[in-house]
Amino acid sequence: MTIRCDSSNPLRAITRESARNIRKNNREPDQVSWPTAVLQPVMNDIVGTMFSKNFMDELLKPQQLYSHRTMKTVLTRLAHTSIMRLNPASMDRLYELMIMAFKYQVFLCPRPKDLLLISYNHIDTIREFVKDTPVVLNQVDETHRKIIEVYSSLSEGEFQLLRQTLLIFFQDMHVRVSLFLKNRVQNPNGRFALSTSGPVPHGIDVPGLIRTFDCKGKEVSRAEFPTGGCYTSPIREGSFLLHGDRVSALGLNMYTVNHLEETHTSKTPTVKQQADDTPNLLAKEELNLLARLMGSMKAENMPKAETVFRINLFTTDREEEEEEEEEQARASGGAGQSLYEVINIQAMQDEQAATELALIAGQFAKGEEKPENSESNKGDDLLAMMDDL
Amino acid sequence: MYHKEKSIQIKNSASALYNNLSVMRIAPRRLTYFTVVHANVVNMITASWDGLNYSHRQLQSKEPNVATSTSLIMQAAFCALPSRDLLVVTSQKGIQMYESDGSIMVYWHALDTPETPTAQAVFGRGISAVRENFICVGVSAGAILVFDIPSKGSNITLSEILEEHNESITDMASECSGSQECIADLVSADDGGNLCVWKSGEEFQLLNKISGFDMSCSSVKLWKGTVVAGYGTGQIRFYEAVTGILHAEVNAHARWIYSLDIAPFSGLLLSAAEDSLVRVWHLTLTPETNSVEVAHLHNECVTDTQICGAKFCDGDGYAFAVTGYDLSEIIRYTQS
Repeated sequence: MTIRCDSSNPLRAITRESARNIRKNNREPDQVSWPTAVLQPVMNDIVGTMFSKNFMDELLKPQQLYSHRTMKTVLTRLAHTSIMRLNPASMDRLYELMIMAFKYQVFLCPRPKDLLLISYNHIDTIREFVKDTPVVLNQVDETHRKIIEVYSSLSEGEFQLLRQTLLIFFQDMHVRVSLFLKNRVQNPNGRFALSTSGPVPHGIDVPGLIRTFDCKGKEVSRAEFPTGGCYTSPIREGSFLLHGDRVSALGLNMYTVNHLEETHTSKTPTVKQQADDTPNLLAKEELNLLARLMGSMKAENMPKAETVFRINLFTTDREEEEEEEEEQARASGGAGQSLYEVINIQAMQDEQAATELALIAGQFAKGEEKPENSESNKGDDLLAMMDDL
Repeated sequence: MYHKEKSIQIKNSASALYNNLSVMRIAPRRLTYFTVVHANVVNMITASWDGLNYSHRQLQSKEPNVATSTSLIMQAAFCALPSRDLLVVTSQKGIQMYESDGSIMVYWHALDTPETPTAQAVFGRGISAVRENFICVGVSAGAILVFDIPSKGSNITLSEILEEHNESITDMASECSGSQECIADLVSADDGGNLCVWKSGEEFQLLNKISGFDMSCSSVKLWKGTVVAGYGTGQIRFYEAVTGILHAEVNAHARWIYSLDIAPFSGLLLSAAEDSLVRVWHLTLTPETNSVEVAHLHNECVTDTQICGAKFCDGDGYAFAVTGYDLSEIIRYTQS
């Protein structure tokens, strides 16, 4: 990742210095890692906003499926409740990565009820991120309790309906992610691998048996048939309580094992335009929904523009203006463009850069002040964002 | 036993919905109609038997004369009655009935949808033609709407509402053997796995209620007085409709069953599930004892695909068609 700063940002001088140092040491500018001092406040801000009571209450109201446009807007706003700024290209790629990861989890979910176990894996992992910040940790616990309360009583059939509705949201997205391709959970055509072997889900019998009974219910005959697969008995069931072994690996951080892994995502060449481009006939309803969600995100968490730093998560070294030029060239039929838009996320340790960043982080901590947002209007923020859609 | 034929391409991919494929043969015109649901659209494909001509049409779930309303479709199914064929589409807003070629909507029935969404979803699901002049449609609250269908025209009326199920209707099926001797005309299934067996008439009569095991029955058929039911546990159960006696049980699939179909002339049974497998079985019924013999004949694996629809294309089971979630084609298989 390269660090970009606003020209008005006093940090710019420091980062330029760091960049020079990094290059001096013959390191790629991308090979920079973020020390905890910088990450933790970002994490706390995002988690704190996402798990705030207002936002969660709004999310847990019965409502229709969002469009991709709405979902991306909400997630962009969430990401920007910290001091971090992602440029639109980075946000687009990050959104694709998030959607494909979640699609993988929902698609492979063994039983519909296991959607909860996936969510609880998510929440358990988030708990770890914020375990040293009691206020935020408490919010996470509260949210978890609320989810248990709302969803525990649903039947398997209702969970399946939920899952089927989520699958509609993910339909036709086949963005390839290099981590998934490497782990063989995704095929080169972008589709996820479905195994016909392994343990059956909890509560399901291993296929292969035909039984007949007489009028009194007594078993009369038993026969086996070839299943075309290699199924085994189920493993133990995961815990649906506040804490416990979820058993399922779906929903856990796929990067923990491969922390040196690069992540590339690329669209398959034949991918069609997403539904974002089609006119949204339910626009008014969606905007109302969005307004309620945005309104429930605390505006106080929005820092003043001057204290933000921009992150270009992905390898393009160009400034945003240059990117725009390129897009214009592309639009006017520039030849030879690669079919693939490749995103690299590299997370490798770089001691020199880490020290530089720690310095910067120190600057932040000392100079940080709570931004006064009494002047800023939540509505204006929202309208501004809407205009950009 | 079966080999794969050339697939039919569809304009959108199939959504993950139970029984998401409907097939109707129009013998006089040497055509077959297929319908596949994608979110709020029904894809309808007309295929000529010689394999040379395909035409496509898309139907939306819309209230007539309301421009902006659109809702998710739960099911589309052809209903063949002696006097006419109709295409019935159920959604979150209501029930639509079209002429079987999808050209004209002849009837719209609005469901009671609350102003603001509630925790209970509202939708129609479960469609079946029954006997001479009825079409039955299930709803999410568990009720079954019985519509009286005139031999032509749009004077379709709601004749009765059957309220026996407490959970959402998943599927319904009428007796498909063609035999007039069978007492039971219709079976309905719900999200709790409960089955109700009905006799049709001016007033429908409940003949039997078979309890489920809190496990959804996603697909059901009725053949020669035997209920064939597919469950979320991957099991298929065979019940004697009128008595409720369980005659056979198969641990058929490793995941949720999404579709069952029977070829009435040959007794072939087709089952398809999220485990990516389609299986063909043969059923033998012994009338004296009402016992059922189930023989496994064939497997087809649709790699990496969670199957959502599987139907025979003819009454003998000579050919069958399959749809899968995220797949933009109808895969066809024919007997070798």
